Amino acid sequence: MGAQLRVYRRRIKSVQSTKKITKAMELIASSRFVKAQQRVEASLPYTQELLRAISAAASHGSTKGAFVTEVENRKRAAVILITADRGLAGAYSSAIIKEGEGLNSLLKEQGVTPEHFLVGRKSVGYYKFRERKIAQSWTGFTDQPTYEHAKAIAATVLEAFDKPTAEGGVDEIHLVYTHFVNMAVQQVRVRRILPVEIIEATKEEAAEKLGSKVFPLYDFEPSPEAVLEALIPRYVENMIYTALLLAAASEHAARRRAMKSASDNAEELIRTLARQANQARQAEITQEISEIVGGADALTSA
Amino acid sequence: MSELSVSVVAVDRSVWVGQAKSIVAKTPEGEIGILPGHEPVLSLLVNGVVRIEPIDGAKVAIAVHGGFVAMDTNEVRILAEVAELASDIDLPRAEAALARAKAAGEESPEAVAAAHRAETRVKAATSNTAAGIH
Repeated sequence: MGAQLRVYRRRIKSVQSTKKITKAMELIASSRFVKAQQRVEASLPYTQELLRAISAAASHGSTKGAFVTEVENRKRAAVILITADRGLAGAYSSAIIKEGEGLNSLLKEQGVTPEHFLVGRKSVGYYKFRERKIAQSWTGFTDQPTYEHAKAIAATVLEAFDKPTAEGGVDEIHLVYTHFVNMAVQQVRVRRILPVEIIEATKEEAAEKLGSKVFPLYDFEPSPEAVLEALIPRYVENMIYTALLLAAASEHAARRRAMKSASDNAEELIRTLARQANQARQAEITQEISEIVGGADALTSA
Repeated sequence: MSELSVSVVAVDRSVWVGQAKSIVAKTPEGEIGILPGHEPVLSLLVNGVVRIEPIDGAKVAIAVHGGFVAMDTNEVRILAEVAELASDIDLPRAEAALARAKAAGEESPEAVAAAHRAETRVKAATSNTAAGIH
């Protein structure tokens, strides 16, 4: 067997085994994606009811708490980036990091120092490599987040939010995550969690749903303010939880797509290499025949 | 007779949905009983057992941690971080967890919270097996 043919065969084998791996990853991502999507759906009723209750409480009580009032002189802002733990998901993590960079420079322009709270090994690696200060990071659960994880993140950022600015507390909390629209479309979104901006919007939304009816005259226990104060941390937790779930679904969708195109490319490569190998084999045979014929000719004419 | 339509929702799933005659829950101010026609109320819940008397079938006890209840026009929504049906609670395991949490002492707030959670679970589980719930 000629050297050229051997090289081709070796490359075909290696591409074939790569394709097996990418195909397997594609299948795993598809099955995890379905589960992630189910979790997103299962979390919806709680989110809806919580928003409803918050807007009801906000429309009754005074909404002057720290959670809703914007600070005049903003000094620091917490930026939470939700990225993946593992790569091989196309531009999934880098899109988030890029959006985060945009937010960072926007904040800096406004004279606000961003504090980085990172979720997922990819963003941690990016920040560490550039030797930037990380306020806190969480890793190891981005493909299957639970409420406990969201609670831990929320507790940390809420603690930073509660601290006075002079002592290193933050005035705002921003969240950068990938919103899952459908299998083909995922969008990177930036949302401000605190101070809450959603109350007015949900009030209008809820009013629309209820017709022109205002909220029923709830009897709040202990008081509207106390209920709102207690609900807003829940709201932050829930928002982070939802973002984690959506990000997980997006991650699996992105990985599935990346692995599908990798498998397709491998297939294409195998086909080209097989053609080239066939050509090399044919060339070898032709050469051998002509050598034999040449040799026989030489014998008869001798 | 009017009835309550009740939904008990935890963060990651819906726990119990159905029609009920009455509900008893624990708020920071004491126990609250909700019957059809109750005035709209939005109240926080302390960790404890929520008891529901459905239109038909046996009474339901649910262990609820960190939640609130919203009631208007005979619709009751109970939201909680963690909500477990008493029938889903493994009583021996819950009791073991309670013993463990108690043994851990009362030094850290986490240990106290864990003990409290375990106690609520045990209470919910035992109230379901007991003949009469009140």
